[in-house]
Amino acid sequence: MRYLRYLIPLGAFLVLTGFLFRGLWMDPHQVPSPLIDKPAPQFRLTQVADPAKSLSRDQMLGQVWLLNVWASWCVSCREEHPVLVEFAKSGIVPIYGLDYKDTRDEALKWLDRLGNPYQASLFDADGRVGIDYGVYGVPETYVIDKSGTIRYKQIGPITPEILNEKIVPLVKKLNA
Amino acid sequence: MLSRLLGALLLLALLTAGAREAAPLGEDPALEHRMMVLAEELRCLVCQNQTLADSHADLAADLRQEILELMKKGQSDEQIKRYLVARYGDFVLYRPPLKAATWLLWFGPGVLLVGGLAALYLVLLRRRRLAAAEPLSAEQEQRALELLSGDEGQLS
Repeated sequence: MRYLRYLIPLGAFLVLTGFLFRGLWMDPHQVPSPLIDKPAPQFRLTQVADPAKSLSRDQMLGQVWLLNVWASWCVSCREEHPVLVEFAKSGIVPIYGLDYKDTRDEALKWLDRLGNPYQASLFDADGRVGIDYGVYGVPETYVIDKSGTIRYKQIGPITPEILNEKIVPLVKKLNA
Repeated sequence: MLSRLLGALLLLALLTAGAREAAPLGEDPALEHRMMVLAEELRCLVCQNQTLADSHADLAADLRQEILELMKKGQSDEQIKRYLVARYGDFVLYRPPLKAATWLLWFGPGVLLVGGLAALYLVLLRRRRLAAAEPLSAEQEQRALELLSGDEGQLS
């Protein structure tokens, strides 16, 4: 019983080590979004491909869809792009792009060269819609359900693992 | 002569560098000032250890502009903070709000300090009691005096 007290520092040490150990695998850039399970913010933007055509959030209601924030100047987007192009072929879920703080010319050239996985890309030249969605590091991807509620946010590039483990199961569940 | 020329060039370089860094003054310096004071309290999500006021990141410039526009619309600092928290979460605030999830953050250091002081007090108290509880016997006292007087011959 007397010796039990000597275990207290050891216990405290183990707890601290546990926290630090977990910290090794946590990315401080992954800030949880307050928008999860909240209605997706409203927008009405023109399409990258055609300034005369616009799309709004409410036109998306009734389907599960992905909103992928990208830009032609974004290096990680280039890394992510082939994954999206490949995934779009599967037709599991429609992907819409949000072209963030870009120019139409550069964006179109980019899509021409690397392929276009998007049903349509919304043109957010001044990043205003990006602010409403809490975008702070492109690329970011939102899974939005039939009622227009944000269900998941991926910060940083989508990888095949994230698709298979998180996004596809979630989309299937939301569509069920 | 050469060093003076170099000095002048250096000075010029410093002056122009300073001129480039200066924040552009908007049409309303008072509002601009209010925005910068508020931006000091907010974190830039891109370079996380800088305030919105300090950061050169694109997003920080956009958000400063956004804050200015909200201020022009007559929103209070509190409303603007709520606007940003709704989009980016509590993380944008350098002073996190007091709520269940942040109790440990706010009171943890105080609890540790009080706990540490209490433990120290208890240890000291115990020590004093131990010292008082066992007075030296006459023999031990004699021995201590001998040692202190440096009479090594008595060592057995």
